Amino acid sequence: MNTQWTLDQATPHAGRVDALFLFLVAISVLVSLGVVTMVTFFILKYRRGKEADRTNPVDTHHKLELTWTIIPLIIFLGMFVWAGRLYFQMYDVPADAMEIYVLGKQWMWKFQHPDTGQLEVNDLHVPVNRPIKLTMTSEDVIHSLYVPAFRIKTDVVPGRYTTVWFEASETGNYHLFCAEYCGTSHSGMIGQVIVMPEDEYLAWAGGSPTGSQPASAAQAGEQLFSKVGCIACHKLDGTPGVGPSLAGVFGRPVKLTNGETVTADEAYLRQSILEPATQVVEGYQPVMPPYQGQLTEDQVLQLIAYIKSLGAEQGGTQ
Amino acid sequence: MSVTTVPPRGAVGPAPKNYVNVNSSIKSWLLTTDHKRVAILYLISATFLFFLGGIAAGLVRAELVTPAGDLVSAETYNKLFTMHGVLMVFFFLIPIVPAVLGNFLIPLMIGARDLAFPRLNLASWYVYMTGAVVTLIAIFTGGVDTGWTFYTPFSSVYSNSAVIMTAIGVLIVGFSSIFTGLNFIVTIHKMRAPGLTWFRLPLFVWAMYATSLIIILGTPVVAITLVLVAIERLLGVGIFNPVVGGDPLLFQHLFWFYSHPAVYLTILPAMGIISELVTCFSRKRIFGYKYIAMSSLAIAAYGFLVWGHHMFVSGQSVYASMVFSLLSFMVAVPSAIKVFNWTATLHKGSIWLATPMLYALGFLGLFLIGGLTGLFLASLAIDVHVHDTYFIVAHFHYIMVGAVVLAFLGGLHFWWPKITGRMYSEKWARLSAVVIFLGFNLTFFPQFIVGYLGMPRRYHAYAPEFQFWNILSSLGSVVLAVGYFLPLIYLLISLRTGKRAPANPWGATGLEWQIPSPPPTYNFRETPVVTGPPYNYSAVAAEEAYREARKQEGQRE
Repeated sequence: MNTQWTLDQATPHAGRVDALFLFLVAISVLVSLGVVTMVTFFILKYRRGKEADRTNPVDTHHKLELTWTIIPLIIFLGMFVWAGRLYFQMYDVPADAMEIYVLGKQWMWKFQHPDTGQLEVNDLHVPVNRPIKLTMTSEDVIHSLYVPAFRIKTDVVPGRYTTVWFEASETGNYHLFCAEYCGTSHSGMIGQVIVMPEDEYLAWAGGSPTGSQPASAAQAGEQLFSKVGCIACHKLDGTPGVGPSLAGVFGRPVKLTNGETVTADEAYLRQSILEPATQVVEGYQPVMPPYQGQLTEDQVLQLIAYIKSLGAEQGGTQ
Repeated sequence: MSVTTVPPRGAVGPAPKNYVNVNSSIKSWLLTTDHKRVAILYLISATFLFFLGGIAAGLVRAELVTPAGDLVSAETYNKLFTMHGVLMVFFFLIPIVPAVLGNFLIPLMIGARDLAFPRLNLASWYVYMTGAVVTLIAIFTGGVDTGWTFYTPFSSVYSNSAVIMTAIGVLIVGFSSIFTGLNFIVTIHKMRAPGLTWFRLPLFVWAMYATSLIIILGTPVVAITLVLVAIERLLGVGIFNPVVGGDPLLFQHLFWFYSHPAVYLTILPAMGIISELVTCFSRKRIFGYKYIAMSSLAIAAYGFLVWGHHMFVSGQSVYASMVFSLLSFMVAVPSAIKVFNWTATLHKGSIWLATPMLYALGFLGLFLIGGLTGLFLASLAIDVHVHDTYFIVAHFHYIMVGAVVLAFLGGLHFWWPKITGRMYSEKWARLSAVVIFLGFNLTFFPQFIVGYLGMPRRYHAYAPEFQFWNILSSLGSVVLAVGYFLPLIYLLISLRTGKRAPANPWGATGLEWQIPSPPPTYNFRETPVVTGPPYNYSAVAAEEAYREARKQEGQRE
């Protein structure tokens, strides 16, 4: 039996989580020892039939009550702040992070490297020492992407994009689990994250990640853009057509007919493709047909990758 | 509690009339409106369902002895853990203390003839049984594989199992809780004996009051939620399924809005029992009575504000997570207050390590571990790592099983003489308390470790490096099972051969101990009048009495 006693710390974040964890373990051990010692002491001293001073028992002591209310409260607040900061960092994605699309479905993981077009199932290859942002959605039920060695986990929810990021500091192979129960083969929805040196990763990916391979997600999206008819209404040169131009739209604020202003992020673009009537841009008519059920989640991601690349080409907000 | 009337001492001659022997026909039991008999009906049915849920857990643990999924199929495994969760949570943990001990004791503790609505009380048991039958039919005619949490859209669209039937069963059993909660609230408000003011109430009654509030506020929400799941499943109306415009996270908000308070509605009654046991067996007035009573209400209130801590990784707003994390730390404060007060109660007591007290001390140990690991889960960054792993499984078993079941067994052993009029074998009972405590820790402590190492829950097959911890856990479950069977056996034996119990075998205060064991149908011959605070114990007097008793024993020998 190959027993595991410790867990790899493959990201700097993992070390920080473990430090907090050990702090909590220390507090817990102290508190437990304190209570167990007192209980044992009282039982030994005041066990029935033992000589002891039992006169003038106290049953109300407001100062004592206040003490053991306030001291734990302060300690708890400390834990709250410490853990909260780490949590925030986990979702505060660095601007230069390399993006990978993740698609969960019963019972497999699909990873798409948008820059190189590499598609892989259940295994995720990433370069070491580079922030990686995962943009994730599900084709069916809720899944949850969990890499214990990175101490990260985020649910993969149908109908919306969730994100999480990590920067692996150690090369190696690490477990990747689905953590949210998703049906019969839930425990088979596993894979591994393969953290490689940058050059090996580039070799694996078949070229420079910024170069445009014919199979890149954006390229596939470009073909789709013509094939499913987006191009008929959405111009790419910045001039309005039946629908707004999509050049440089990614990441920009967009004013809607209902007066709201939203940022054109992945979630907005996805919603606008699948159910356009819910978010019509100011100055346009709600004439676009919904693509709900017409496109797979893969295809939606490819279209988004293409729209993003339009921003980049125009020297847009990215 | 000081009482001015001197009630008759019974149970000395051959079987005086009491609630048990007044009529032994089956019909008289099935149509009874006596709160004590309804409590017995609940005790028998909930115990049966507990062992059924336990068998499912046993099979799960047997499967997990090896990393490969080789004992049962994945589908069966998923149905087993679902069956275990559904039966244990909805049909055992939530009703066990209120419907058995609460039902039996609240009228006795407040000097009342019965609950406010005796027929509603009987109806609640029939509703409970209907829910149980419907759920069991669902389980045995196909089973359900959603987990007890019924997460959408898996439950509402993708699962090919008896989701609707199970949801209906759970919905029905929820109404039995609502009936019981309503009954308790009215009873505690309106039927207290003269002189029994709110701050003279036994803390068990306070705990039942807080529990009842949670039940009537929370249960309707889960009922509605399950109806929505059924509507989406049957009619395809988009509520939770995003493909037709629903929101899967909405379900989690609604579900945990009830189901987190549900954790507190299992632990609060347990805490109420512990307050009774600790004070009786240390022969001391409880330390910080008002703080303990108010902390029950604080837990009940806070319990409704922390549901989002089940959703730290769900994709909810990080700011929402911050608020829920803060509130989750806050709810730990009243729990800590209780632990410290129980400990302080022991100071200058006359501590008697009888079986109920052993269970109470065991509770304290398990609750301490369960409560402290709760802090880990309230800590956002740690929760992200251990969420949906065995760490969580261990944590909630420490609270909802370890602490609640130990408290229930402690209470059952404490009031068993009152309920049945018989004493059980003290030797076997102490042994069972120790076996359960050890078995429980061996089962669940390794799960904290394997959870932190990254083993996800609800895994039919798992990575081989986790095997050692799983073997420990499965071994522990065997010990635990033995521990659970022991009381079943010696308590049943005590019914036939146990020594007849006096009215007050523990020398406890409290109105229930002033009447014969078992109590007569009408409870109190005359309505008692209460003139003082509860827990009027004196450790000094107890010591003198003990020494006197020892001396007489010595002379007799």
